[in-house]
Amino acid sequence: MAEIAAFARPEALLPVETHYCPGCSHGVIHRLIAELLDEFQLARKTVGIAPVGCAVLAYDYFATDFQEAAHGRAPAVATGIKRARPDLFVLAYQGDGDLASIGAAEILHCANRGEKICVVFVNNATYGMTGGQMAPTSLPDQETATSPGGRDAQQTGYPIRVAELLTSLRTPAFIARGAVHAPRYAIQAKALLRQAFRCQVEARCFSLVELLAICPTNWGLPPDEAGRWLERQMLPYYPLGVFKTPEGPDRAPLPLAVPAGTGREGAR
Amino acid sequence: MGRTFIKGNEAIGEAAIRAGCRLFFGYPITPQTEILEYMSRRLPQVGGTFLQAESEVAAVNMLYGAAGAGARVMTASSSPGISLMMEGVSYLAGAELPAVIVNVMRAGPGLGGILPGQADYLQATKGGGHGDYRCLVLAPWSVQEAVTLMQDAFDLADHYRNPVLVLCDGVIGQIMEPVEFADERPPCRPLAPKVWATTGWSGDRPRAVINSLYLDPEKLQAHNDRLQTKFGRIARDEIRCAEPETAGPLDLLLVAYGISARVATTALERLAARGIAAALCRPISLFPFPSAAVARAAARARAVLVVEMSAGQMLEDVRLAVGDRRPIGFYGRQGGLVIAPEDVAEAAERLLVDPTVREGSGG
Repeated sequence: MAEIAAFARPEALLPVETHYCPGCSHGVIHRLIAELLDEFQLARKTVGIAPVGCAVLAYDYFATDFQEAAHGRAPAVATGIKRARPDLFVLAYQGDGDLASIGAAEILHCANRGEKICVVFVNNATYGMTGGQMAPTSLPDQETATSPGGRDAQQTGYPIRVAELLTSLRTPAFIARGAVHAPRYAIQAKALLRQAFRCQVEARCFSLVELLAICPTNWGLPPDEAGRWLERQMLPYYPLGVFKTPEGPDRAPLPLAVPAGTGREGAR
Repeated sequence: MGRTFIKGNEAIGEAAIRAGCRLFFGYPITPQTEILEYMSRRLPQVGGTFLQAESEVAAVNMLYGAAGAGARVMTASSSPGISLMMEGVSYLAGAELPAVIVNVMRAGPGLGGILPGQADYLQATKGGGHGDYRCLVLAPWSVQEAVTLMQDAFDLADHYRNPVLVLCDGVIGQIMEPVEFADERPPCRPLAPKVWATTGWSGDRPRAVINSLYLDPEKLQAHNDRLQTKFGRIARDEIRCAEPETAGPLDLLLVAYGISARVATTALERLAARGIAAALCRPISLFPFPSAAVARAAARARAVLVVEMSAGQMLEDVRLAVGDRRPIGFYGRQGGLVIAPEDVAEAAERLLVDPTVREGSGG
């Protein structure tokens, strides 16, 4: 009887060891991406864009062409690639410091132009590569290397909800938020990524999937506890869901109630 | 095609299209904006793509992505915008990507003014961004020369896999002059297929990775060694200079580039009328700087006068080339005011009377 691998390495993932810390979510997310590249048979026409941050070496892990972007500039680099070669599948991979802090302008305008690319946005509420500093996505009271007393929202504001922020734009085709800290969430996240990939395959415009991820090393927690911290701290602030679909209506503001009164005040 | 009366900025755009550029990313800034506007009109007519970026920072990174995907691509800006692009230029050089960047220089520093300047010489020729790298820098003195240099710029960028800066001043960008666009011509350097470009990997070539990160210090050293070898080759092979047209001994050698060199030619006439034998040496490539040509010409003269619309930036390269073998004077203006020929002539006369006098600034 022939052996059938129940759990094989996706072809789009190179057979190499990664540099990621034990328990890090990047490995799971890489795998989900690679499985979908296989599923859509996209690897041969894919150009990935690696960010500055923990995923800076992503170009060593995928069996696709890759470009390494400057910090925060992945959406601009992706724009250049896609505009030069609309036939390529362009996939930008960014962390929260990269996308929501130094690259805030690039992601906003890339989304608003409706570039026909996919962005995978990994939100682990910290700067991982540089050792756990406060990110724009760090939660109120979260202790980090640069908020040793906990993030003070009065001084540094509240965490940026990227999916919601970009959903306020009319142009993007697909915006969603998932999580990958546990298998059942990762399966759900893969479905979101599949929808995002399909948008580009069908030549629709910009799609972004925000993925809540754990960083056991910089959170100072074992992976299982980190998963529980994510559920307790991040899920209430960062609701999971599909925020925008190609078919979805343009977001309208909630109507204001007609103000009470006679309409004649101040007319005397 | 006959002669066309055209504005410098528009001619630069047209020349880029004729050189095969089909992608332009840029951001509005005076006095460069007509390049952007021209490309927004013309590129769609030739099947190209124009995109107005959200910033110069984004524009130069779009350039990076498109160049990495194998396209002939350009951007243009003016001094403050070029400063914003410097991060990206360092990455272009580090990742060995070919791209053309036009700087229509205005007066600085800071927001400075919108009038012409030449004060970005050091930024352009010594790197500008972080790390050890050089851009090839070409400086036209007329709209016609800008047109010719544009095609060369793309060829040189592709040949060396390095960013090329076309350093114009606001006058060259804004002036209208008759121009002849050459018929299609072969590239000025041999061009290899861009097998390194990210065009999708199907296993028939090594995987393409556009990158400037080398965490292993030995590998980063080797990468830098390779880059320096390339810059050395550029320094040896890509020198361009309009040397003095006359032979024999000179009272004075003027050294100037771009619009200052145009002014200097008028100053030469005034000096000749006063019985002063002077000539102009005009660097066209600023990196590589034509040190040997400048030294050769200086050796024929009693003194050297460097003329720039800056506080004396190219002056440093002239000093390196000439050393203390000849007295070197400087005349410059900075406020966006184009130098007057008479002022150059007078500065030349003062220099010849007392070579120890230093004009303007530049130490």
